Amino acid sequence: MNNDTDATTSRHLRSKYAIVGVGETGYTRGNDCTTRALGTRAVRAAIEDAGLTSADVDGMLSYSYNDSTFSTTIAGDLGVRLNFYMDVYGGGSSIEALIGIAMGVIEAGMCKTVAIYRAMNGFSSVRIGGTGGRGAVAPLSGDGLFTRGIGLMSAGQMFSQSFMRHMYDYGTTPEQVAHVKVIHSEHASNNPKAYYKKRVSVDDVLSSRMIVKPLHLLDCCVETDNGTAIIVTSMDRAKDCRHTPAKILSVVGRCSKPRADNHYQSGPISTVAGVYGKEILWPNAGVGPSDIDITGSYDAFTFTTMLQLEDYGFCKKGEGGDYVSSGITRLGGQRPNNTSGGHLCEGYTHGVNMVIENVRQLRHDVDDSCPLNDQGVRQHTYDYSESGCRQVRDCELSANLGWANPGTGSAMVMARGA
Amino acid sequence: MSTTTERSTGEYLNMPVEISELDAENRAFFEYCSRGELRLQQCESCKLKRYGPTTACPFCAQAESQWVPVEGRGTLYSYGEVHHAIQPAFRAHAPYLLLLVELDEQRNVPQEFDGLRLSGNLVDAGGELASPELVRQVGIGTRLKVVFKQIGANIALPQWTIDTEAQQPETPWRYPIE
Repeated sequence: MNNDTDATTSRHLRSKYAIVGVGETGYTRGNDCTTRALGTRAVRAAIEDAGLTSADVDGMLSYSYNDSTFSTTIAGDLGVRLNFYMDVYGGGSSIEALIGIAMGVIEAGMCKTVAIYRAMNGFSSVRIGGTGGRGAVAPLSGDGLFTRGIGLMSAGQMFSQSFMRHMYDYGTTPEQVAHVKVIHSEHASNNPKAYYKKRVSVDDVLSSRMIVKPLHLLDCCVETDNGTAIIVTSMDRAKDCRHTPAKILSVVGRCSKPRADNHYQSGPISTVAGVYGKEILWPNAGVGPSDIDITGSYDAFTFTTMLQLEDYGFCKKGEGGDYVSSGITRLGGQRPNNTSGGHLCEGYTHGVNMVIENVRQLRHDVDDSCPLNDQGVRQHTYDYSESGCRQVRDCELSANLGWANPGTGSAMVMARGA
Repeated sequence: MSTTTERSTGEYLNMPVEISELDAENRAFFEYCSRGELRLQQCESCKLKRYGPTTACPFCAQAESQWVPVEGRGTLYSYGEVHHAIQPAFRAHAPYLLLLVELDEQRNVPQEFDGLRLSGNLVDAGGELASPELVRQVGIGTRLKVVFKQIGANIALPQWTIDTEAQQPETPWRYPIE
């Protein structure tokens, strides 16, 4: 137990805010358009999905690695007059943190409805994996000697020691971890939007080429070009929106282990930031891991999904390998994870697509291939075989577990609104 | 330690190296290395050592510190083994190891599982990145010692080589698929 994570969050904010709109472009590799176009299309789609117009949105947040287009431009393109905006630096785990910030600025009376987006040409322009980027050849500074000076640059390289130590500490096997990719590929095969729709086997993962041990190519997510957006507003306003709202029960934003800059110095390095985050997430939500119907555990790598599920308490510490290979996380299992296929298969968005998917699951209306009835309402079959349904039956509660690195993460619990 | 306030420059694997004149902590760390000394900052107040160079103590926030020598021997705590090198400079050297070496000093201090864990690559006794044969000999538990690779007049990179004087584990733990 951690006694230093009492965030004294006002629990009266529980269920007071909701996600009412979601929007996305396609998940592609190569798309011939700018991040300005991606962001504009995604935010426009999210506003439309909410049943709102540009005049209803007066707040905007975005995040990037200096690889995107700022809020002022996207808002301008859509005729949104802003009462609040901010563009922050960051990648994974930003989205849950920004949702918390959106709740805070609405609560403070600064604005009423916030659009949050991430627009990135993650394949065509700045590749987060670092292959061939400008950063790979810039002069080495003092700090750079500790990283690029020893060939330590990409996310996979930086996280490899945590992953490897987990295998050493707990006997986690490559086969167990490969199941994360296998299961997410099954989910993606039921997602017409997914970049990789082909189902893969454990052997496919383990026979793919080694990138940085313990990560094979198929342990790593797919870098794609995409814009993604969500709309946050109060539950009062959500009543006038088009869909059943996804109520926000609690948020953890960028919660960190000691020494966020150099976390390998402290604690067991096979433990990640969720061990602190869970002390904020569950008490504020008023529910626990066993109550959750679906998870969205960030899959930059197969290992990141496993480590977070473990440290947020979905299984005992050290039993993450068993958990992700047991079938619990599969559609039709007890608690499916990343039902869209996530970053490993659908596309890489720095976390937004996992929130979008859970919002749709809570609406009981994921965009799979199930047939539409006369009124245009999707008739889910709950047949999870290839190219089939991916709607989880009676989905009421979701958890998103966002990953920045082993030392920092964010999280959010949502419930199906009334 | 010189009192120069000029930037330090060098070159490593054809990559230019420039430690800014403003970056006193890193200039000191790498300059001690260039003299064959592994020194870490020790807080004047709580007396804990730390890695890497910082402006204040991560344990008590005190600003004052002394650069104190450490022995430069430790145990491999974890590693990654890079087969797909991203930086052009490292492509010819793959597979190379990303080491996390736990020093013998200050283990489990100030709390259990804390330690002074230094990053680096496996190198041969001359400081050159290790051959694939050498890479295969190393795993969690391997005893390592520091080697300094000179890369500028006032800069050396602290790297790690198998400690031939130490008692080694029979089979260090390695990732199960070679």
